[in-house]
This record gives sequence, C-alpha cells and structure tokens, in this order.
Amino acid sequence: MDDPLMLDANAVAGDLAEMFGFDVSGSVHRCTNCGNQGAVATLLAYVHGPGTVLRCCICHEIVMRWVRTPTRIYLDARGAAYMEMGLS
Amino acid sequence: MTERFTSRGFFGKRRDAGTDRADRIPPGQYLTDGFPVLSAGPTPQIPLETWEFTIDGLVAEPMRWSWEQFQSLPSRDWTVDISCVTKWTKLDTRWHGVSVDDLLAAVEIDPRAGFLTAQSYGGYTTNLPLTDVVNNQAFVAWQYDGAPLEPPHGGPARLVVPHLYFWKSAKWVRGLRLMEKDQPGFWESLGYHIRGDPWREERYSGD
Ligand SMILES: [Zn+2]
Repeated sequence: MDDPLMLDANAVAGDLAEMFGFDVSGSVHRCTNCGNQGAVATLLAYVHGPGTVLRCCICHEIVMRWVRTPTRIYLDARGAAYMEMGLS
Repeated sequence: MTERFTSRGFFGKRRDAGTDRADRIPPGQYLTDGFPVLSAGPTPQIPLETWEFTIDGLVAEPMRWSWEQFQSLPSRDWTVDISCVTKWTKLDTRWHGVSVDDLLAAVEIDPRAGFLTAQSYGGYTTNLPLTDVVNNQAFVAWQYDGAPLEPPHGGPARLVVPHLYFWKSAKWVRGLRLMEKDQPGFWESLGYHIRGDPWREERYSGD
C-alpha cells in the first residue's frame, strides 16, 4: 500500500466530529468484514473522491463512507460492526 | 438499439474554430490543465493475462472478452471534454478505445433492458441509462494521450461517458450488467445524482 491518495483518518476528524458530535478518532470500531478492532484513527482515508471513504487497515474493505452536500451528510457505516465510544 | 446514427455534431461542434472555450465549461466548474486522480480505494493491479470484460444481465447470452480479444475490437481515437463533480473541467482530452455501441452489438439485448451498471475491479459501480451510452456517447478506453492508460487513471481500461460527471466514467471497468430498473451505484446510493448531467448541475440527489 503506497497509494498517494491514502491519508490518515485524522484528516477527516472534522466530518466525523460533526456527525457524531464529538471526536471519535480514538473510539474503537470493529470491521464487519475481517473483525479487526482498532481506533477509528487507524482507518485508511480516501478523501480526494466525490466523498470520503474509510477502509480497514487490515483487509482494506470499506468501514465507513460519506458524502457531504451543501445541506446534508449521507453516511454508510455498514462496514463497522460496532463502535465503542467513551463518555466524557 | 436499431438506430445507431453517429452523432458527429455532438463531438464536432465543440472543436469548431472560434468556439469560445468558456462556452465549453459547465456551470460551477473551473478549467484545469492537470488531470487530478480521484479514488475511493487502493488502485487495483490487474494483470492483462487475467483481465476480462463481460456483458451480462438482461442479454440472451453473456459475452466475455479477454484482453487480446478486446484489443481486436474496432477502436478509434476520441477527443472529448470531461467534467468532474469536484468542479474541474478538462478540455480536449485524447483517448483511444471502443465504443459501447460496438460492445453491445456483440450481445442480443432483452427488450426489457433500459439501464446498466458498470462494474469495476476493486468493487466500484455506477449506473447509467442505456440511452446515455449508445450512439457514440460512451466508450471503453485503454489509451490516454497516446500511451497505455495508467492504473491511477483507470488502466488497463476505463469507461468514458464524457457528457456526464466523471464519476460515471468507471475506472478499472470489467463489465456492463444490463438491467430493467435503474439501480444506484457507489456514489449514487450515497447522495449523488442518479444521472449527473454537468450542464444541468445534477450533482446531488436531494439539493
Ligand atoms: Zn477489515
């Protein structure tokens, strides 16, 4: 994996914070495809397309993807079997 | 599918001498000389020995080409303007490939078929009405600017549908599935417009 389009998921922390209401980059997700568990910040982010795609760093399947339009965000998170978020 | 007139006017008119370049830029777009790479995932590496292109779905018999067979199809040069929904437009891009008309001519299409899904190596999909890919409006290209199409730009081969936003021009295309109903593809199922005409600014489904 030496794709120049791949960025650390922290680069998209702003969109995530807007959707979840707080910073989830340290929250734990489980990949629906391979079962890997890890921090959201370990996901591989593809941000130069029409939307944002976060992929599992182990199996490269899509964990979350979303599109931001002028008035809304469309989120598909079916690749995340669950998420675990600490309460502040 | 009986009418296959060549719409030379469509491609010819935009290269007329004296045509203002500004007239060729759809609303909300800016002109670029570069060729930005957009991607939703890692670039698939597809060996030509295993590459294949398939037409299936609502056809009497599915059709499949190897790379060698695909290269022997009637092909030609295409010079087209392209517009990406991320707002860049690039004029006079030069490609070489086979028209979708010539691909569809190899199968017997079920009269119920009105749409298709372009399917790509790597899992990407995009949907199109048949009326947007016939009559020399769309092609599958394996050369760009006189050289083999590079993998980041969709090589070995990509679909090109220049009159729609460029997300419809599926990179790494591996086949077309003919369908009765329009079924939203990768971006169309996540807020992007079902058709995506840049001249009508059909960017999003809900806005
Ligand atoms: Zn995984």
